[in-house]
Amino acid sequence: MAHSTASSSAPAHLQHHFVDSDQQFESSKMGMWIFLVTEILFFGGLFAAYIVYRAWYPDLYVQASTQLDTFWGAVNTAVLIGSSLTVAMAIRSAQLNQIKGLIINLYITIGLAFTFMVIKYFEYVHKFEKGIFPGQYYTYEGIAHEKANIFFSIYYMMTGLHGLHVIIGIGLMIWLLVKAKKGAFSAEYYTPVEITGLYWHLVDVIWIFLFPLLYLID
Amino acid sequence: METSALKRLQVQRFKPEENPEIHYLNSERGLWSWLSTVDHKRIGLMYLASIAIFFFIGGVLALVLRTELLSPAQSFLDADVYNQVFTLHGAIMIFFFLVPSVPAALGNFILPIQLGAKDVAFPRLNLASFYIYTIGTVFTLVAIITGAVDTGWTFYTPYSTETGTNVLLMTLGIFILGFSSILTGVNFIVTIHKMRAPGMTWSKLPLNVWSLYATSIIQVLATPVLAITLLLLVMERALGIGIFDPALGGDPVLFQHFFWFYSHPAVYIMIVPGFGVISEVISTFSRKHIFGYWAIALSSLAIAFIGFLVWGHHMFTAGQSSLASMVFSFLTFLVGIPTGIKIFNWLATMYKGSIDLKAPMLYAMVFLFLFTIGGFTGIMLGALSVDIHLHDTYFVVAHFHYVMMGGMVMALLAGLHYWWPKMFGKMYSEVYARISCALIFIGFNLAFLPQFVMGAQGMPRRYFNYIDQFQPFHQLSTMGAYIMGVGFVIMFFYLLHSLVRGEKAASNPWGSRALEWQTTSPAAPHNFEHTPVVIHGPYDYHKPMSEFQLGIAHGHHGESHQPETLETVAETGTRP
Ligand SMILES: [Cu+2]
Repeated sequence: MAHSTASSSAPAHLQHHFVDSDQQFESSKMGMWIFLVTEILFFGGLFAAYIVYRAWYPDLYVQASTQLDTFWGAVNTAVLIGSSLTVAMAIRSAQLNQIKGLIINLYITIGLAFTFMVIKYFEYVHKFEKGIFPGQYYTYEGIAHEKANIFFSIYYMMTGLHGLHVIIGIGLMIWLLVKAKKGAFSAEYYTPVEITGLYWHLVDVIWIFLFPLLYLID
Repeated sequence: METSALKRLQVQRFKPEENPEIHYLNSERGLWSWLSTVDHKRIGLMYLASIAIFFFIGGVLALVLRTELLSPAQSFLDADVYNQVFTLHGAIMIFFFLVPSVPAALGNFILPIQLGAKDVAFPRLNLASFYIYTIGTVFTLVAIITGAVDTGWTFYTPYSTETGTNVLLMTLGIFILGFSSILTGVNFIVTIHKMRAPGMTWSKLPLNVWSLYATSIIQVLATPVLAITLLLLVMERALGIGIFDPALGGDPVLFQHFFWFYSHPAVYIMIVPGFGVISEVISTFSRKHIFGYWAIALSSLAIAFIGFLVWGHHMFTAGQSSLASMVFSFLTFLVGIPTGIKIFNWLATMYKGSIDLKAPMLYAMVFLFLFTIGGFTGIMLGALSVDIHLHDTYFVVAHFHYVMMGGMVMALLAGLHYWWPKMFGKMYSEVYARISCALIFIGFNLAFLPQFVMGAQGMPRRYFNYIDQFQPFHQLSTMGAYIMGVGFVIMFFYLLHSLVRGEKAASNPWGSRALEWQTTSPAAPHNFEHTPVVIHGPYDYHKPMSEFQLGIAHGHHGESHQPETLETVAETGTRP
């Protein structure tokens, strides 16, 4: 226990309103879990829209998904799963007080997240070249379905919002990296690493649902 | 483990100091100390000031509307301006006033004190929530100045995607506001789970905390859906993504489903916290243990849960399948049960209590009366055949105001008067408080009872002129609105007077047993100068006051003067 020595100095990371480090850690973790629930409901709205329109226009979904590049989608899936692994290893390193391992794993995670965004960028650009824009700007004629724009509106909303979460994740991970290099984390205190890891797993899980729902319709 | 830990705690009695020299209001000074504060009490007061301002703006808009409605023909507002004014009245009152009213303003102030905690679990996040709220309001104010919005507070598509007014900015503002609400909800849930004082078990939680808990759950589960809905609406306007636009293959009724999936639970965000305040006030001013503690606590959770399953009752006339409508209608009736349970428990609490009709209790009585009417008319609207007749009439408007204003606003006023001494260490004029309460009660009924009648006779809502037959009702209603306005003006002045030269308040002016009254008035910077230890529930009036003032001496981290005591705390585990 943090206070068992009964010294007059509490650990530097302990905020004044908590009794001990455990309480602080548990609170932060619970807060992040609840936040993740809100994220699921946030995306839930889009999944509901997806389901409604898929029920109405099943053949549109089959046709339109052929425009999505399954190969690069699969690569991106592998990339994100890999980054989830490295973020878990980063947490493990912090628990074992291996700060160097923590930093290396954070670097790899950021690199993988960045790779994901680059691939996504090329996917988007490829579609824009064909005239596949969201909503009323849609001009592509290769799909014989008058509601083709709806599928891509949903596609852009879902992947765009997911991409935004990836970018936020990259930002958080860079912040962790800076703090780790300053020696802020140790086996006693790695709460930010832990809860950012939780967030990152959610970003990964959402993609694991998006990939088959959008790319693998057949 | 908890009981064994409790046995080992060495507690002593801490009688709260009267009129302390240093308290949370003066421990730091200057504007910056407020703007950068992470103290939940100060943040609560900043919310309180904000919602007061928005209540004033929304109230003035309401008076403008009522004035226009004095005569059947157009008098000084044309149709477009009228549309903008009622949209702003609704949007401001709901998103900027009611949603944050009891949870963010009163809840922030009182929740950690009621738990015996030093602060909420994430104080900095709490401050961030306040600033997010501020940014959202700025967006909306800009939207008002640059061309208003005329869609009604519901932003129904396709009109909201086509109108030339500034829907984009307004919905963005409310989108941002939603995050403030979500983060407050997350903060409260974690606080209630993790920050309770030693001995504060779930069965000893004040009912206000249970209400805030249920509210936070709704905030966390429903608000994200509003966020995505508004985001889709924004994208619809910005990029024409077409999800709600029939011309592009979308479906406008889907918007209604999405919107009400949030907004029905949202009306419970706006009323359930009020139930908590009423439970506290009724028990304190009846000097009696609350009747049916668990029934009241769990019915809040039941309302939160069932509230998620009834959104379809807003679409009985929107082409929903009749089977769906029947299910939604049935579930709507079901919500009446937990609500009724609460009302009967409050009545049973008062039965044979020594009732003291001080201002908070008066407001609680007004709440019981008005909210019951609001609840019953809600059941009427939930009945399928009746709703066909009453849909989109003044009956709905009157019902909604009886629930929201007669319910939540009265609960807010009860809570405000109840905790005022704890907030500012001052008493207010009881005489003026009663006069103002009476005026508000009379004015309210005069304003909204006639609306039930004319609604049932077919007066549609949101119209700026009407046929002559409804004029007497409208005139009564406007008269009532003015009387209410006078009541609020009086309140403003006696509260201001109380702040400036009010009598000093005792630490426990109502003789309550609840934990928040066992600290100084105004509260100490960290709520308590000791770690409170709870052995009785907050409504145990049969136990002596001394047993509610127990605690362990402590020092703040880094300045501990009694290391041995600190060790006892740490080893026995202070978390239940
Ligand atoms: Cu409803």
